[in-house]
Amino acid sequence: MLTAITFVPMIGAALAMAVRGSARTTRLIALTTVLAELGLTISMYVIFNAQGDTYQFVQRAPWVSAFGIEFLMGVDGLSAPLVLLNGILGVAAVLVSWRVETRVREYFMWLLLLQGAVMGVFASLDLILFFIFWELELVPMFFLISIWGTGRKDYSAMKFLLFTFLGSAFMFAAILALYFSFPAGERTFDMTALIHKDLTNLIVPSSLVFSGFLVAFAVKLPIVPLHTWLPDAHTDAPTAVSVMLAGVLLKMGGYGLLRINAGMFPDELAAAAPLLAMLAVVNVLYGAFIVMRQTDLKRLVAYSSVSHMGFVVLGLASVGAGAAQLDGTGLNGAAMQLFTHGTITGLLFVVVGLVYDRAHTRHIADMGGLSGRMPLIAIGFMVAGLASLGLPTTSGFAAEIMVFLGTFPAYGLATALCAFGVVLAAGYILWTAQRTMFGPPLERWAHLQDATRVDVAAMGVLIVPIFVFGVYPALLTDVFDAGIAPIIASFAESASFVAGRGG
Amino acid sequence: MGITGKDLFLIAPELALVVAATVVVLSGLVSRQRQLTLGLALLGLAATFAFGIALWDDVHANGAQSAFNDSLIVDKFALYIKFLVAGTAALVLIAGLEYAERFRPYESEFSGLVLFSASGLMLLAAAADLITIYVSLELATLPVVALAAFVRMRVAPIEAGVKYLLLSAVSSAFLLYGFAFLYGASGTMQVVSSGSAPTIAQSLAAGTAAVPFGGLAVMAGAVLATAGFGFKLSMVPFQMWTPDVYEGAPTPVGAFLATASKAAAFAVVLRLFYEALGGSSADWSTLFAVLAAITMTIGNLVAIVQSNVKRLLGYSAIAHAGYMLIGVAAVTAHGQETPDASGISSVLFYLAGYAAMTLAAFFAVLVLTQHSGDERIEAMAGIGKRAPLAALALAVALLGLTGIPPTVGFMGKLFLFNAAVNSGLVWLAVVGAVNSVVSAYYYVGIIRTMYLRQPTGEATPIAAAFSGRLALVVTLAAILVLGFWPGGLLEVARTAASGLVS
Repeated sequence: MLTAITFVPMIGAALAMAVRGSARTTRLIALTTVLAELGLTISMYVIFNAQGDTYQFVQRAPWVSAFGIEFLMGVDGLSAPLVLLNGILGVAAVLVSWRVETRVREYFMWLLLLQGAVMGVFASLDLILFFIFWELELVPMFFLISIWGTGRKDYSAMKFLLFTFLGSAFMFAAILALYFSFPAGERTFDMTALIHKDLTNLIVPSSLVFSGFLVAFAVKLPIVPLHTWLPDAHTDAPTAVSVMLAGVLLKMGGYGLLRINAGMFPDELAAAAPLLAMLAVVNVLYGAFIVMRQTDLKRLVAYSSVSHMGFVVLGLASVGAGAAQLDGTGLNGAAMQLFTHGTITGLLFVVVGLVYDRAHTRHIADMGGLSGRMPLIAIGFMVAGLASLGLPTTSGFAAEIMVFLGTFPAYGLATALCAFGVVLAAGYILWTAQRTMFGPPLERWAHLQDATRVDVAAMGVLIVPIFVFGVYPALLTDVFDAGIAPIIASFAESASFVAGRGG
Repeated sequence: MGITGKDLFLIAPELALVVAATVVVLSGLVSRQRQLTLGLALLGLAATFAFGIALWDDVHANGAQSAFNDSLIVDKFALYIKFLVAGTAALVLIAGLEYAERFRPYESEFSGLVLFSASGLMLLAAAADLITIYVSLELATLPVVALAAFVRMRVAPIEAGVKYLLLSAVSSAFLLYGFAFLYGASGTMQVVSSGSAPTIAQSLAAGTAAVPFGGLAVMAGAVLATAGFGFKLSMVPFQMWTPDVYEGAPTPVGAFLATASKAAAFAVVLRLFYEALGGSSADWSTLFAVLAAITMTIGNLVAIVQSNVKRLLGYSAIAHAGYMLIGVAAVTAHGQETPDASGISSVLFYLAGYAAMTLAAFFAVLVLTQHSGDERIEAMAGIGKRAPLAALALAVALLGLTGIPPTVGFMGKLFLFNAAVNSGLVWLAVVGAVNSVVSAYYYVGIIRTMYLRQPTGEATPIAAAFSGRLALVVTLAAILVLGFWPGGLLEVARTAASGLVS
């Protein structure tokens, strides 16, 4: 099933490229693909049994047997929701691309390829397979930004490519070091096996291996100061790509941190927790302050992403509390934040894209009173904005409160400072809404049309999960709990390792 | 001891090439048909392959065999390189069919020289003593000197030829000097031996105390030999000629030089250092590890500022020599106490993958510049629309050289870095990985120019002859197929490598 989920978009990509019809045909092919994909991911999510085995839908086939590389796919509670998220955002991305007119076939090919590659990242349980999909995603992103982007698109695409590639170079070395730390018979790239091994005695200090992964994921998440590619890439990317970038590509970083850094290196993560807490504060507050002075609507949303990803880092830092008090609330909140930020910021980028399509400007100062001209888009903006600042009944609230509850026992001050980030978020979101959507209607925007049915569908796809998981977060948290539990267990295990060594 | 029929069978692949080369050159006296020349050459190469496969079976059944009184050793390692060289030569000749028009009236001599050089390279892979190494090296080199200067009446090729000639002579001098030291210290020329004659490794193991300057002589010999081979490998600090010759020489010659010549040079370095000097006390691993790091870094950094695509491929070849030296360093890192062929097999695998990628890149450049002759990277603007196949091949080849999956380049780097980490050279794997990032900048820059820039002049389609398209499709398929299913070739490479370890 996961193989199908990974390769359906790729087959769709091949079809989109192969069928030489009108632009409409290509769009319909793409839409059919992502809808089929959404169907598959939803049924996967429904079938996924949070009380069942840790890893489900596991498929295993030898690939390069000389090096023990396997084609190993499977999901656990951590990745299942993210696969679903990718399915949802794929639909939104295709719908919001409805008005793309240049090189339509190529565009949808790359977009679908991107979705497939990200699926592969979330569904792989073999480190090399994971890494291959991780790298594969760069190619579509590079072309999507540099062909269909705006502004300094060449620069941004190259910057994105080099940053990620540099990060993954460290990850690559870390993966190999991990592999060769075991005697010949026991070497494996299988993450499900590695998570149960004692990784304290590697051929290089485990903190180095940990840092290799950390750098790769910190670039992707991003953690300040490795974030500088993000505003550029977001601002210059076409709307759908911004949606995918904010929605799922950043999540790859958070997912990696949870799965590998937390799951395999509990001791190192606990040791790094104070640093992470500090970085989280910097991320949240620095991001939020930078947001305040943005004049470009899209850049504003991009920096708000930086700020919000700080909460994920803060959730990770909750492990600093020590194994005894660790109940997983913080980690669960971090995972939850990944999901909710995907839908919320995805929606924000959709709205910004719709506004830009009509007004042909993203300059905040030029806008005002848009709600009168396009009420539906304004509604979308307000839903996303309010969810983004963590209004109860939206999923943003559930995620943030869990992060704060989970981390407060460990780092009270850092948590308090980050909580201040929520206040800032309220400030910049409402202020932005006031400057763009409300206020006196401007004469020059009198000609603007409201959202079409396709646009409403694009927004709707994202609004539904925001409310569903906001009102009843257990739908998500129960599954995430199933994924977090083994991580918590590994912290307990490592505590006993330590105790064992001490005695 | 006379020459037996068995000896002739063991060098049948090379004999077939030499015969084919002679026939090809003679055929030029009666016919100027390029297709005929190519047909004859391919016939010879087909015979080479047939003999090679027969030998592989023989070696598989009876183990490695030596010929001509221990001067040649035919094992799977040698055969692997022979297949690689012959395959490369075939593709170069096919792709160069149209290009050979410029060599008029010496088209047949061009094919003949390529075959002669290929036979030298194949012998080099099988050379079992120092003298044979030297003679084969000259046989491989001299035809290339002529080839590099093949387009008369133009300055660049002649400059390239002269440069290659002079530097080959210098490197040969280094090599011979080094060999003299090795012979002096060990009293034997044998790198491998099947009979009673002691090998260099055995004599050195027996002790060098009686020899004047004992260990120092071995050290000097090895360093000088490294320098001599360094020229062929394009290893820093002996890399200077590479970009000049690649840029100046005719494109098919550049392709041949970058792939076949390099494969054989790596083969002989692996054999010499592993079999003859593997047990010696000197720390080759660190030497090659440092050289690898410097070579790839310099190659990649200088490549960034290049504006001529062939010159850029020259620097890329230097960088890749650096990556492959990782494998050499990993070979020697383990020494003899724990025989592990992962370094050798990763180099062998990478040589094949590198050949596919580099040939694809050179062939694409060949097609794209066939008529315009404009080799500037800027001139590649809008090529994606004008020559879709060549642009696609070049793009995939460049992604492969960067090391992005699902190409053979990624798998090759994976195995190389694997070998490095396996030998405790984690830092070298990190340097290699970071270098890949640097290389992404200029490789992807070309792709960007091809697909994203508007062509400057009129955007007429660039026609490619069938032969050129065939060569492109074959190399392109090799890059992708080996990227998705590296297992088969890797197994072959491991079998070939294990021969050198046992």
